[in-house]
Amino acid sequence: MNKRWIVPTLYIVFLMLPIYWLLNMSFKTTNEILGGFSMFPAEFTVESYVKIFTDPTWYSGYINSIIYVVINMVISVTVALPAAYAFSRYRFLGDKHLFFWLLTNRMAPPAVFALPFLQLYSTMGLLDTTLAVALAHCLFNIPLAVWILEGFMSGVPKEIDETAYIDGYSFPKFFVKIFMPLIAPGIGVTAFFCFMFSWVEMLLAKTLTTVQAKPIAAVMTKTASTSGYELGLLAAAGVLTIIPGAIVIYFVRNYIAKGFAMGRV
Amino acid sequence: MNKTVNQRAWLMVLPVLLLVAMNAVIPLMTVVNFSVQEEFYGEFSFIGTQWFADTLTNERFQNALLRQFGFTFTILAIEIPLGIAIALTIPRSGVWASVCLVLMSLPLLIPWNVVGAMWNIYALPDIGFLGYMLNAGAGLFGHDPASGPWFNFTQDPVAAWFTVILMDVWHWTSLVVLLAYAGLQSIDNAYYQAARIDGASRWAVFRYIQLPKMKHTLTIAVLLRFMDSFMIYTEPSVLTGGGPGNSTTFLSIDLVKIALGQQDLGNAAAMSIIYFLMILLVSWLFYTLTMQGGKK
Repeated sequence: MNKRWIVPTLYIVFLMLPIYWLLNMSFKTTNEILGGFSMFPAEFTVESYVKIFTDPTWYSGYINSIIYVVINMVISVTVALPAAYAFSRYRFLGDKHLFFWLLTNRMAPPAVFALPFLQLYSTMGLLDTTLAVALAHCLFNIPLAVWILEGFMSGVPKEIDETAYIDGYSFPKFFVKIFMPLIAPGIGVTAFFCFMFSWVEMLLAKTLTTVQAKPIAAVMTKTASTSGYELGLLAAAGVLTIIPGAIVIYFVRNYIAKGFAMGRV
Repeated sequence: MNKTVNQRAWLMVLPVLLLVAMNAVIPLMTVVNFSVQEEFYGEFSFIGTQWFADTLTNERFQNALLRQFGFTFTILAIEIPLGIAIALTIPRSGVWASVCLVLMSLPLLIPWNVVGAMWNIYALPDIGFLGYMLNAGAGLFGHDPASGPWFNFTQDPVAAWFTVILMDVWHWTSLVVLLAYAGLQSIDNAYYQAARIDGASRWAVFRYIQLPKMKHTLTIAVLLRFMDSFMIYTEPSVLTGGGPGNSTTFLSIDLVKIALGQQDLGNAAAMSIIYFLMILLVSWLFYTLTMQGGKK
């Protein structure tokens, strides 16, 4: 039984190797990268990082990405909260069909929707704004948020609602003051998943933006194709896209553990 | 939980409904529209199911579909057992457990195009760690480097498949680990004590205690992995661009080539609908089958 650490350790090494490789590349000069194989940078340089932090086309890509991810997260969680409550507490006309229909949107391939989305958002005059990307990502994030939150809410006994009403709480007051703190880990887990799926999705984000609201991924692809093959710069940009995710994981790690204990992710 | 009948609950669902409907119904109608019409210099005329017949009999579509199923079943066959096995070895609590969970979640939060780019650099035959090591290994076993690298995913379809599958295993096994681990966490210690008193074998504990308790979260894991791997686009398109040749052109890559590359809207729309219906059907079958089993 004491050898149980071997499997997770091997797996973590397998996970970390490509990330290490990216990090290694990001501190090398392009010449050194193309020059041959080496485990460590011979001439350690932070030139690539300096370029990203000083060139507005690069860092604005990060800002744009973070803006639409946050807008999307706020919209998704806000509208999903009452809906999930309705699904977990009430029976109403067509509830089961509606729930399954919502889930089907999680199954819609972004490749299918790329072109119609382009037309829809250009009709609405939202093309090339972060709002368009945030709204488009609602397609898969709202169903997911409803699905996760409904699981957490079903774990809270109904007697709590009833007691609160008897004590004279109005619905909104009960919901904000009593119910939301009870499912706080659930809200944390939901926000985490919304952040994750919006941050990593690139096909729609790239399709809906051209200049002003371009996400970091689009900047990276453009650099790869126009300015030759600047591997060091690309690697540094890649490393920087990992950091927000790592920070988010660090902050929600306890919520996630609690969320797991509540039974559903 | 017994729920009260309350039709006003619709009001609470309304915002979700409006936002999702705007994103789902309008684009879907656009796709349906394109799929039954033909465009000729901006004039549209109704042509019925012509595009569907074209797509279904098209060899290129059939090949992409075959590759898609091959890919999806391969990664499911690897990721699900591997994810369960890893989840079983993570302790129930403690610092080591949180370290494992945090580090293992990392690949899930990397943008998909970066995953593709990262694996491209990692697997390059001469300067990537994976490619270099594999080729060095092949050299030891008597491969002649003069005849070109033994492992080269940009030229050799087998190497390309190997890299794409390894990349997906790297990227997504952690999701299965997290979900399986969540299922394991819900098992009360009393079950394990009872099993120990009865002298149950390791396998019996897994088969009759752990597996049934993981069933719910594993269902979610299989569903999510099926749907996402069936829709995979960004990672292989950055890594291999669907090549060499068409060997790693999966459905989404093919679809984007037809829709955005060739602007062939009718074919692309018909293909989109067939594609979407397939995901829907498989997911629905799986969902109802496993959920029915759970009710007994």
